Amino acid sequence: MSGPAANCPSCGAPVKFLWSSAVQTTCEFCHSILVRTDVDLRKVGEVADLPPDASPIQIGTEGAYQNKSFVVVGRIIYVYEQGGWNEWHIVYNDGSSGWLADAQLEYDLSWAAASPTPLSNADEIRQGQTFEWNGKSYKVTSRTHAHYKGVQGELPFQYWDKSELLFADLRTGSGEFGTIDYSENPPMLFLGRSVEFDDLHLKNLREFEGWT
Amino acid sequence: MAAVQAKSISCPNCGGPVQLRGFAHTLSVVCPQCLTVLDASTPQVQILQTFQAKQRVNPTIPLGSRGKIGDTQYEVIGFQVRGVSQGDEAYSWNEYLLFNPYKGFRYLTEYNGHWNFVHVESALPEKSRSGGKVSMHYEGMTYLAFDAMTADTVYVLGEFPWRVRVGDSASCEDFIAPPFMLSSESTSGETTWSRAEYMTGSQVWQAFRLPGSPPPVYGIFANQPSPYGGNVGSSWRTWLWLNVALAGLIFLFMFLSPGRVAFSDHYAYSQGVKSDSAFVTPTFALDGRNSNVELSIHTDLDNNWAYFNFALINDQTGQTFDFAREVSYYHDSDGSDGSRNNNVIIPSVPSGQYYLRVEPEMEPGSPYVRYELELRRNVPNYGFFGVAALLLLIPPVLSTFRKHSFEAARWRESDYAPTSSSDGGDD
Repeated sequence: MSGPAANCPSCGAPVKFLWSSAVQTTCEFCHSILVRTDVDLRKVGEVADLPPDASPIQIGTEGAYQNKSFVVVGRIIYVYEQGGWNEWHIVYNDGSSGWLADAQLEYDLSWAAASPTPLSNADEIRQGQTFEWNGKSYKVTSRTHAHYKGVQGELPFQYWDKSELLFADLRTGSGEFGTIDYSENPPMLFLGRSVEFDDLHLKNLREFEGWT
Repeated sequence: MAAVQAKSISCPNCGGPVQLRGFAHTLSVVCPQCLTVLDASTPQVQILQTFQAKQRVNPTIPLGSRGKIGDTQYEVIGFQVRGVSQGDEAYSWNEYLLFNPYKGFRYLTEYNGHWNFVHVESALPEKSRSGGKVSMHYEGMTYLAFDAMTADTVYVLGEFPWRVRVGDSASCEDFIAPPFMLSSESTSGETTWSRAEYMTGSQVWQAFRLPGSPPPVYGIFANQPSPYGGNVGSSWRTWLWLNVALAGLIFLFMFLSPGRVAFSDHYAYSQGVKSDSAFVTPTFALDGRNSNVELSIHTDLDNNWAYFNFALINDQTGQTFDFAREVSYYHDSDGSDGSRNNNVIIPSVPSGQYYLRVEPEMEPGSPYVRYELELRRNVPNYGFFGVAALLLLIPPVLSTFRKHSFEAARWRESDYAPTSSSDGGDD
């Protein structure tokens, strides 16, 4: 799976795209954040050193969920009071894209979704609030104030100048999962479900010293 | 890409080395030398808490031990003692934090030799009621409310993926469906659900290949599976099948071995025909091994009684078996009482030539009675079957009783222990 190639406008290194619809990527040599325009790549910023993380997933990790295979092409890293998490941007073999979250090795798969009902505003959303979506009752289990800590690889949108962010996490009684991302106005909704590591059939993972 | 390296830090309090096993997941770690709780999330290691325990606690499973539970290998990276003290109740349990760099974190808890393997759940259990009790519904199972408590962290060792401190407090609730337990932990408004599965000490010792023997077991734990649970149903099923087999045996005996008729004849008796009513029958043979003999009396009595004295006499040896039977049959418009028939079984009669001496008696002035005597050799003893049926009842009754007393002992430890055996109102 490989898309059009170009050169980094900052250091000249080749930049390869794994996903043809990527809007943004990072140069793996000089850490420039590059945004694709109609004609070329434009440098919009630089990624600071990524915080050390111990996610077993990396760009290029492949997996399959319910017989739909995917490859990891990018990520956004967040930190909050009680740690950090990775939103891995994954591209399915049918060209669609989604997210694989790894929060302290608890995994969620999600997709951008149109909200079936109007979402509450950031100052209105509260824990315990429920939304009835697709016949399921989604309950707000946490409100998380997080910081954007870095990006890597290909993303479906420009994402590099964020700082303070608010997320609301929602859960159902049968494993469905939702996130309301208040970094945009109107807020974005992602729906999906929590998954066990083994159900993702991941390959090309990172290795850990002392573990085989 | 090179393997992710395990790192180690220096304790800012005592300068000693602190090895990290949880990679970048570790947010806090306890210095093994001076027991200071450190924040390991930033390169500049901060002191979270200087921890002065009066006494060191040595976890029975040492930090760094690895064991396989299910298909996954886990390493013990953290340990806490958590305590409850409410009213006159004070107890504590041990919690081991298990880590696998791919599968994530699990917990192993131990209380009085009872172990649980714990997995944090991401779906939300739903509140329901079951038989008037508060319960939770989760993934198709119903868990009954068992306990509610406030648990405080009283001792910590090793690493945690959160900032741990002695004195951390959480309100907890337990719901049981042995061997599973569903637990909630709430701190500052956020609730985490986890599901535990009961393990025995020897299962844990085997999983971690630990030397020696696990700590001794005291009492019955909330979600400990009943050793009689599955047995009760199956013991009653076994009982049912054994009874079917027994009934089959009875039928078999009835049809294959109804006893051989050794002697049979019809008589009539009338009061006052002769002063001595006794008579003897012709001789007949009783063959085979020592076995029983059944004498049946069939009369045509009508609102009357008759009394028969019998002697079964061996013609060769003179050995005599004396016995008697009353037959009485009364009836009116309200119903009937007694029977026109009676019988008697004489056990263990040796083989030989025998005759019967019969002496009927009746109320003076009675009309005459016709009767038939039938003597059968070697009849099945149905009393034996009755005894067998009673004996067969012992195992299922015993296991039912044991199950109930086990459950009673379990629920005595519950916050929702029944105060009386009768379950009050249902709503």
